[in-house]
Amino acid sequence: MILTGAEIIAETLIEQGCSTVFGYPGGQVTDLFDALYQRSDRIRNVLTAHEQGAAHAADGYARASGTVGVVIATSGPGATNLITGIAAAYLDSVPVVAVTGNVPCSQIGRDSFQEVDIVGVSMPVTKHNFIVKDICELADTVREAFRIAKSGRPGPVLVDVPKDVQEAKCEFTPAAEPVAAEPLRCSSNHRLQWAADRIMQAKRPYIYFGGGVIAGHASAELLAFAERLDAPMGCSLMGLSAVPSDHPRFLGMQGMHGHYASTVAEDEADLVIALGVRFSDRATGAADRFARHFAVIHIDIDGAELNKNIAAQLTIRGDLKDALRRLTAIVPQQLHTGWNSRIAALRTEEQRRTAASHSIMSEAGMLTHFEIIDAVSRAAEEDALIVTDVGQHQMWTAQRYPLRYPRTFLTSGGLGAMGFGMGAAIGAFLAAGKRTVLFTGDGSFGMNLNELATAVSEHAKLVIVILNNGVLGMVRQWQRLFFGQRYAATTLNRKTDFVKVAEAFGAKGMRADDAESLERAVHAAFSQDGPFVIDCAVSPDEPVLPMLPPGGSIDDIITQIK
Amino acid sequence: MEQQYVIGVLVANISGVLSRVSGMFTRRGFNIDCLTVGETESSGFSRITVAFRGNEDIRERIVTQLEKLHDVKEVEVLDQHETVIRELLLLKVRNTAETRQDIMTAVEIFRSKIVDYSAAALICELTGESTKIDAFIELMKNYGIMEMCRTGIVAIERGENCLRTLHER
Repeated sequence: MILTGAEIIAETLIEQGCSTVFGYPGGQVTDLFDALYQRSDRIRNVLTAHEQGAAHAADGYARASGTVGVVIATSGPGATNLITGIAAAYLDSVPVVAVTGNVPCSQIGRDSFQEVDIVGVSMPVTKHNFIVKDICELADTVREAFRIAKSGRPGPVLVDVPKDVQEAKCEFTPAAEPVAAEPLRCSSNHRLQWAADRIMQAKRPYIYFGGGVIAGHASAELLAFAERLDAPMGCSLMGLSAVPSDHPRFLGMQGMHGHYASTVAEDEADLVIALGVRFSDRATGAADRFARHFAVIHIDIDGAELNKNIAAQLTIRGDLKDALRRLTAIVPQQLHTGWNSRIAALRTEEQRRTAASHSIMSEAGMLTHFEIIDAVSRAAEEDALIVTDVGQHQMWTAQRYPLRYPRTFLTSGGLGAMGFGMGAAIGAFLAAGKRTVLFTGDGSFGMNLNELATAVSEHAKLVIVILNNGVLGMVRQWQRLFFGQRYAATTLNRKTDFVKVAEAFGAKGMRADDAESLERAVHAAFSQDGPFVIDCAVSPDEPVLPMLPPGGSIDDIITQIK
Repeated sequence: MEQQYVIGVLVANISGVLSRVSGMFTRRGFNIDCLTVGETESSGFSRITVAFRGNEDIRERIVTQLEKLHDVKEVEVLDQHETVIRELLLLKVRNTAETRQDIMTAVEIFRSKIVDYSAAALICELTGESTKIDAFIELMKNYGIMEMCRTGIVAIERGENCLRTLHER
């Protein structure tokens, strides 16, 4: 059939299995929105308040569902507003396809109204990008974008389509099914055998895993592998939710604000088996002092991650699920009684330190951040989606919230984009169709709270928990420790009433400043059909602990601030 | 140990590919000594030759990052002992009665060519390995270089091994 370019994009999106897109219209995508409008029985556009919110929503949709998220924006400012969202997806390896309109080909390069070279701008934050100038290549380019986004290590792909290409007509033949991801590379037999030999020599093996386990659907294989090795495990921020938080072998997140036990256990190990991680500076601290005492076996689907930040003794490039399954098959059952009793002692020590560390808030008779998180987790469904923004609340949630199923913890790990939460929570809710909890701070929430409008329109069952301390707490914590308590530009002290803000947007909200009001607010929030804001007062001076100072190592771990 | 590496990169011959390749170097803080790009025998591919200084670790990171780019089809680190490496120089030098004979002698010894002759200036053309070109330029400084440009290196492996065949395998 003969279709316009705009219709071809819409049909190709549908053909690729996309039923929900997040987008914001504008001059150069009016054709595309018109085509979507005429197909609204098969594909639905979720209109956000801002393109950034749309990009985060597509990202959240993809993280929650494991499928490709799609975002649409117009040329110029529409396209540039996507960049933070695309970068967040890029840093966390999330499959997203962004479609942008552009000025007609004849106007390109003339600084026309709302013209931006978005292919140039987005090049460093996309896995790949395209500008389509020939209508005959449009359908296949969109298909290729999906293929690239979901193949290997996933990531965002941008397709820029000038307006005249959306208007032009061309023959279109729908594909029978969505494009398949490229087959994942299998690890070589002899490298796996080397790894097995090395594992059998290890006295104190430790498994450090990241988001690759979730992206690679390898949770079950990871647990079987850990049993076979009789080894403890910890994870990066992105690895959270890959295994249940209360799994007896799991010591929690490690790194800058990781658990004491996992961070120390890794340092005491003689062999670290790193799975689907990229050894970010936030996870390792000073790279040169990181792997002093242990050897590293690093397995990842992306060859460029191997030996990038940390030199490994053995690198294996391949699909994690396949590698773990084959590795488990060739390693005989290991037994590390002494090592595991040391791990148990570390757990006890962590509990002792936690109990001994005084909380400013509990001393002041205030609700503590952990009490708030616990109250929410008691009320939430077991498989509720937990989304965070960025800052202290993010680390507290990562440390504390009991997660049970993969893809239930959504956070901007690599980019650390404040303002990620609202869009991502909306996207996650629409992907999963179940109640979603957003932990945010007054700083992060202030960045994109306009998406409350979207949440209300979409009847999104969001429980938005604001840990409101009136400051930009994470930066303030650094200022307290490293800048002589000079709190430059981090004291918000705003008069914003978030309950009234929620009401103004058509949502509901309650304030919580003690156990009783918290219980009432949580109860109300979880019996509500639309978005609900719980504004919780917390202290501006409560630090996130433990803390490895930036560029520090395990020797510098801070577990108490006087 | 730090040394110079030369890599051959076979890329899809499409708009923007040079930005993607050079952008990867900029973004990740790798320095390029020299980069050349040109067509190949197949209209679908261009070939980029990049020279850079670094250690093995940097070399590995550059190769693996290049391989991740969608438009990059093949990357090979060229063994400099098994590779023909050439560069072209065009150099304009002052033409005076006192220096002309010396310049002509140097041109002959370096197997360079005079490709333009005017009363005030000579243009010399020279191809060869970079060290030979460096030596020629050094010599010409004595006679007053007016302007010059060099192409940067192109490199191709000796024997029957080809980047293209690697890609087709």
